[in-house]
Amino acid sequence: MSQDSPPVAVMQSVPPNSVGISLNACIKCNICVSYCPVSEVTDSFPGPKYAAPQSERFREFGYPYFQDAAGSNPPAPGRGRVPDASVDYCSGCRVCNEVCPTGVRIAEINARARARIVAAEGLSLRNRLLGRSDLLGRVGSVAPALANALLHHPLSRRLAAVLFGVAEKAPLPRWHNETFSRWLKRTRSRRLRSERKVVYFHGCATQHYEPFVGMAAVLVLEHLGYEVVVPPQSCCGLPLLSNGEFSAAETYHRRNVAQFADYVQAGYPILGASTSCTLTLKEEAPELLDLEGDEGTQALKRNTWDIFEWLRERENQGQLPADLGSLNNGQEPFILPYHAPCQLRAHRIGKPALDLLALIPGIDLRESHARCCGIAGTYGLKSEKYQIAMDVGAELFDFAAAQADTSDPAVQGAVSFTACDSETCRWQLEHGAGLPSRHPIELLAASYGLYDLQARQPLNEN
Amino acid sequence: MKRIQTEILVIGGGATGTGVAWDAALRGFQTVLVEKRDLTHGTTGRYHGLLHSGARYVLKDADSAVECIRENRILRRTHAHCIEDTGGFFIVTPEDEDDYPDRFAAACRRLDIPCDEIPASTALRREPLLNPGVSRVFELPDAAADSFLAAHATAQAARQAGALLLPYHELTGLHLSGGDGNRAVSAAAVLDTVTGEELRIDADLVINAAGAWCGQVAALAGVEVNMILGKGVMLATNARLTNTVINRCKMPGDGDILVPIHTVSVIGTTDQQVSDPENLSIEQWEIDLMLTEGDKLVPGLSRSRILRAWAGVRPLYHEPPSSHESIHRPAPHPDRRASRLEAKPASPASRDATRALALLDHRQRDGLSGFITITGGKWTTFRLMAESAVDAACAQLGVSRPCHTAETPVPGVEQGHYWLGHRLDEVESENRQSELICECELVTRSMLEGAAQRNPTVTLDDLRRDVRLGMGPCQGGFCTYRAVGVLHQLRSDETATDAADWKVAHMQSPAHHHRDGGPPADGGPAEPAPAAQPEPRRPSPAIDPAAAVSQPNLLLRDFLQERWKGVVPILWGDQLRQERLDELIYLSILNADHLPADERQSPLSEFYRSGFSYPGSRLT
Repeated sequence: MSQDSPPVAVMQSVPPNSVGISLNACIKCNICVSYCPVSEVTDSFPGPKYAAPQSERFREFGYPYFQDAAGSNPPAPGRGRVPDASVDYCSGCRVCNEVCPTGVRIAEINARARARIVAAEGLSLRNRLLGRSDLLGRVGSVAPALANALLHHPLSRRLAAVLFGVAEKAPLPRWHNETFSRWLKRTRSRRLRSERKVVYFHGCATQHYEPFVGMAAVLVLEHLGYEVVVPPQSCCGLPLLSNGEFSAAETYHRRNVAQFADYVQAGYPILGASTSCTLTLKEEAPELLDLEGDEGTQALKRNTWDIFEWLRERENQGQLPADLGSLNNGQEPFILPYHAPCQLRAHRIGKPALDLLALIPGIDLRESHARCCGIAGTYGLKSEKYQIAMDVGAELFDFAAAQADTSDPAVQGAVSFTACDSETCRWQLEHGAGLPSRHPIELLAASYGLYDLQARQPLNEN
Repeated sequence: MKRIQTEILVIGGGATGTGVAWDAALRGFQTVLVEKRDLTHGTTGRYHGLLHSGARYVLKDADSAVECIRENRILRRTHAHCIEDTGGFFIVTPEDEDDYPDRFAAACRRLDIPCDEIPASTALRREPLLNPGVSRVFELPDAAADSFLAAHATAQAARQAGALLLPYHELTGLHLSGGDGNRAVSAAAVLDTVTGEELRIDADLVINAAGAWCGQVAALAGVEVNMILGKGVMLATNARLTNTVINRCKMPGDGDILVPIHTVSVIGTTDQQVSDPENLSIEQWEIDLMLTEGDKLVPGLSRSRILRAWAGVRPLYHEPPSSHESIHRPAPHPDRRASRLEAKPASPASRDATRALALLDHRQRDGLSGFITITGGKWTTFRLMAESAVDAACAQLGVSRPCHTAETPVPGVEQGHYWLGHRLDEVESENRQSELICECELVTRSMLEGAAQRNPTVTLDDLRRDVRLGMGPCQGGFCTYRAVGVLHQLRSDETATDAADWKVAHMQSPAHHHRDGGPPADGGPAEPAPAAQPEPRRPSPAIDPAAAVSQPNLLLRDFLQERWKGVVPILWGDQLRQERLDELIYLSILNADHLPADERQSPLSEFYRSGFSYPGSRLT
């Protein structure tokens, strides 16, 4: 895939949006610094306050995005130079946004600063590839077994580390032998048709690596009596945004806006099980790409829901079927350590998965209060950041391990799974804690008797 | 009483005074400068930071315009590192549509001021926040100038040429000698405001470069100099709104200049005639006017976070017609000037007074030799003012020595023009993040220590002018207590070096500065030591255990009061929230308003408490 047209003056062609203006709200209180999980474990990142509202005052507004088409307007000496490298060590976890008492869009200011670096200095092949999760997914899905053998061979991982800087031990996913869309197509005749419809946004991970998460979602939604519509769709663009490729991300986003326009107009809710994809549709793309004034973007944003956010609404309306069953035949409490990913917290909707999982009979939910698992999308995959990500995640890994420690009498039983709403966080959690991890929708589907939690496949289908 | 003998004594340590000392020392005169407070404490340190192209005055004050463009070109060479080459736009907003723009462009051409009209769309792409209603835009070589750094660089150049600079030395009297017919100024009585010591300086000639205080200095010699003091109020925004200097393309008025200077944009100014250069109050209507006019340049400016308001006072001079022939005019536009003077024989309003420099040779004007006043002018023309003054001094002293300042770079020019990101770039490349004392303006501990040890520091406000301490969003909220702690450590540390190899030119540079402190490195040739060092340098008062002003509580209270003074007039929105946090830190946690009773005052304590137009707004 060729590089999209070079970054142009997309962002700067309009007055500063809420992201830019928000730097004015910083009162330097340092609360973000004391919560930042990254600056706590590494000196490479000096902290959210330093990197965002503070450094932003030293970055020239309008540069280097602006360049005369003919190159006839070269910047004056010094102008347009990118003064800061450390901003690239922000993982984008948004813990800072969450704790900021005055509403500074810290993580977004950092994302923009990174985009500025990319615009000025270009992008490594690694970051370009990591940003294109849909492309990687599609390539591997042509021959998943071969792709897995190639990618996961120790020698290739060594090579990838040396050549591209992809950390040798970092948790990379495996391609599934059937994509989510192919499963949908194959089981078309068995899918529920109904007047009541929802649209499902599957995202790249469900499409290529974990189609079973999408299957569980479809089964649960159908169990509620909804027909699940899955239109053609693009990557939400988040990996591109986090790697600083804003113009390519805008192309994806605009494609999604067009592809969902009819459904949005018809009033169908757009549901997603990946908290990062839905956050991007709701907030990240509109804000970072200065599309807050764009009508289609706004409509899509208004109609997009995290799947559990929407299910909790059904529960509040008394529309959630009550036939939830125990997950281990009622033998003993089903202990489930649950981690709410950073991106879910950024939705500012509470922890809807936790609310609904609590309805499962015999469940013993153990909520993690760790700030972040460390992976932050593609951050922890990079060689220079792998150890930082693992150190950040230690808080969570220790928590999960403590729940599973059977030598501790307070633990009361075995732990088979952990749960987390975001795919990359689950991979990191499995990698760091050594326990299989599930999306809460898989647990809900299993509780309805629709899904095999161990084998990760629908029951009574196939 | 201690006595000093010199050839030329300069009164005033602003841009003009330091410029005169530099010029005189370069011409080989024995030179002493006295300034009653810190260098640039007066108007120089309170201006918006605009290096004029002259275009602002092309239709109103051609003399000043010609002086400006000439000096603009020179300062870009001699003081390169004190200038950010922002360029300037003169914009025609919907309110400005008349024939002014065409006459403006023609006048620029006539006066040889480079002026290119560019498409409004191009200007808007370069400055996206600009008023989208602009119809025409002219691009001119305006720029932003750091007047603090420039004065320090000039002062250092003067020291290297042998001048002795004495800040915190207040002129208390001028001794006259001779009788009718050959009266002359022969000496000055000076008070060291830190130690209270008196000093007599015998001089062959005294140059009055006291800016807005010129009238007061002249009065000590029994000479009447009627200054027109034009108070200008300015506001700084939290962050830059543009990267180019913006001027309205119309007859100069209030609030029509927006200057990007370091991390902020400054909107200015008002022009109110005042009688006293000291106690400048800031009125609510002046703030409102700046915000209203600012919105015409950058819509939304009034809703942006405003950090601070301050006032400076222009030292304008208007010679009464009866004696105007004695004014020296280095840039000859006699027709314009004469006709304007005839049209307005009385003292004009300050907005209408010329910005051209005024040189008063009191031998010709008042029959008093050994005394010259240099005033009027702009920051942009300070070098020319110095040249004119020292030319006149040569004439009075009967010597002929050519001026060299136009082709003599001051220390630090090799750094090239500064740019907005330079501090961030240097902190990043040297990983100095953990050494930041003032996080807002990226002041490292070693910068602060260097400035405190090398410059005669009396208050933290002096350090603010040296390194921009406390000039950012929190207005001293987080750096004041840190800086006081650092000074206190220096004060009690017997082994502290006096940073002898520290370069004034690198005062504002985190990386350079740090290298200067270490073993000799690649930082370029070492600065030659000042030629005249009359006695071993005393420690800076702020870190001298023997000096009363080094009291940490005093340093803390003074700076909090000084910062508070500029915040009070704009206390709303984000800055109000900031001040509430600062208040919690200093009043609730540190109990700064109940520090152990101590009546000690610095020479500035009273000044920091003065000028409030709001009752009950004193912190301590």
